[in-house]
Amino acid sequence: MTTETTTSSDSEQGSVGIVERKTVRLFDAPNQLDMKCGTKFGPIDVAYETYGELSEQRDNAIFVCHALTGDAHVAGYHSPDDQKPGWWDEFVGPGKALDTRKYFVICANALGGCQGTTGPTSIDPDCGQPFALNLPVISISDIIDVHAELVRYLGIEKLLAIIGGSLGGMQVLDWAVRYPEQMDGVICLASGPRLSAQGIAFNAVGRRAIVVDPQYHAGDYYGKEEGPRYGLALARMVAHITYLSEASIEKKFGRRLQDSDEFAYKLEKETEFQIESYLHYQGKRFVERFDANSYMYLTKAMDYFDLAEGYESLADALSQSQASFLIASYTTDWLFPTIQSREIVTALIGSGKRVTFAEFDSPFGHDSFLLEFEQLEELVSPFLTQAFAARRGKSS
Amino acid sequence: MATKHYCMPDPSVGLMDKMILEQIDSGSRVVDLGCGDGRLLEQLRHQNGCSVQGVELDVEEIKRAITRGVPVIHADLDKGLVDVPDSAFDWAVLSQTLQQVARPQSLLLEMLRVARKALVVVPNFGYWRVRRQLLFRGRAPVTSALPYEWYNTPNRHFMSMYDFRDLVAESNIAIQREIPFIGDHPAENAWLTNLRAHNVLYVLERGN
Repeated sequence: MTTETTTSSDSEQGSVGIVERKTVRLFDAPNQLDMKCGTKFGPIDVAYETYGELSEQRDNAIFVCHALTGDAHVAGYHSPDDQKPGWWDEFVGPGKALDTRKYFVICANALGGCQGTTGPTSIDPDCGQPFALNLPVISISDIIDVHAELVRYLGIEKLLAIIGGSLGGMQVLDWAVRYPEQMDGVICLASGPRLSAQGIAFNAVGRRAIVVDPQYHAGDYYGKEEGPRYGLALARMVAHITYLSEASIEKKFGRRLQDSDEFAYKLEKETEFQIESYLHYQGKRFVERFDANSYMYLTKAMDYFDLAEGYESLADALSQSQASFLIASYTTDWLFPTIQSREIVTALIGSGKRVTFAEFDSPFGHDSFLLEFEQLEELVSPFLTQAFAARRGKSS
Repeated sequence: MATKHYCMPDPSVGLMDKMILEQIDSGSRVVDLGCGDGRLLEQLRHQNGCSVQGVELDVEEIKRAITRGVPVIHADLDKGLVDVPDSAFDWAVLSQTLQQVARPQSLLLEMLRVARKALVVVPNFGYWRVRRQLLFRGRAPVTSALPYEWYNTPNRHFMSMYDFRDLVAESNIAIQREIPFIGDHPAENAWLTNLRAHNVLYVLERGN
């Protein structure tokens, strides 16, 4: 494909180099997507990237499901001038956990996102205007139907593995339940079978911050001078706290002040403490790259998600899967605490599946899966090696 | 510091694995508690065609097990088998670990909650060398050749075969088989086993 692979020895880790985002149109009429909310919808443009080479047997493909605000750009650079590589660059590339010398790695922007796949910012062909809130309400299962269709479009019958953390982990679980024969391995990180009441609460505050921003205009802010920048930034600030841990922000910022040794005793000074300054910075950066309506749609999809819905139990939901599972959680993650991963583990054991589970000791809270590469690689890499060997063993 | 004193032998790994493999019916579902690097489970899968699952506290061991293709869940046996549903397995195996857990009785009951049969291997502190050491040298026993002392040994409980039988009787657990190890050999019908055996393999079932 378009991937440029740097040459390196077995132990050396490299970059996938310059990569290109591709787009494909799927679900053209009359084969529109049957959405969970009851609407038929299509066509859908899907933005995706791939790294490494698809083997002749088409048996080495790994699909990465991104989290709430991620995108298809997992690894490498779009141009030599790019400041930053893709969001999981340390995990995907030659010699890395998802080793692109062995595997063909795919990631697509989720339905409802704002990085190339059809979402609220896309143009509604019926009226020539952005969909805004006229897009049907999106569920995780709709996102997965689109991913699965992309996989078929790429000519892959069965994936070697699917992997994702957080909202990406929810996608991975839904995929395993509803397409039980489409993958050999399922890797679910810092996630759970449903969002907790606490998680819904934080999402609700985020959405509320957006909706009450005077610039939101009931979602119809495209083309206007200003969108709901303050609301979206505030949503991100709140959410960002849930991605960290008490211990990690205590260590990183403590009660330290941003640019003074003394308190200013001024209420209007918004960035006095370092933690304040950090959150404001995170909010500001987020507004530059993310769409408020996408945030509305995707957080709602997260709230609605319940893996056991429509089944007698979680074990019943997972019973049809043929895959091996790798589940990991983090000690300081309070957004998706370990007990939620354990619930999946119990259901998998109850339905006789092969499951490996580890709770990693990490200080970084929910974000650990994006930061602690080494320990994760030590599980993921042999898990994939085993899955690949089993696949090749069967097919030969 | 510590004078040289007698350490109970761990039966050879090969012999113990062989004995465990002989008990477990092929094709059964087996969970190994404290499975370490998954060595036993790998053999159970390849030789007995079992579907296997490990439980282990040490993440480093889990990494080694996954390299063998053995699935393992991360859990602390002292907290019970909360992640494992009732009757999920045919066999629960616990080799040379019972004396190390906080509540051996609870764990035995947990094993027979999650599996139809339990296979446990326990040291017999009624072994004559242990008695001799205590009697003549006044020294407490430690198992295995590892350099443990009484204050840092992982062993928390010291029981003889008689003590173990009392425990299972009290717990409404039935002993289906009792295989003492004398020297390098399993000796199922030997005399004076509580004096002569250093380790014992038990196959246990729920009582009526």
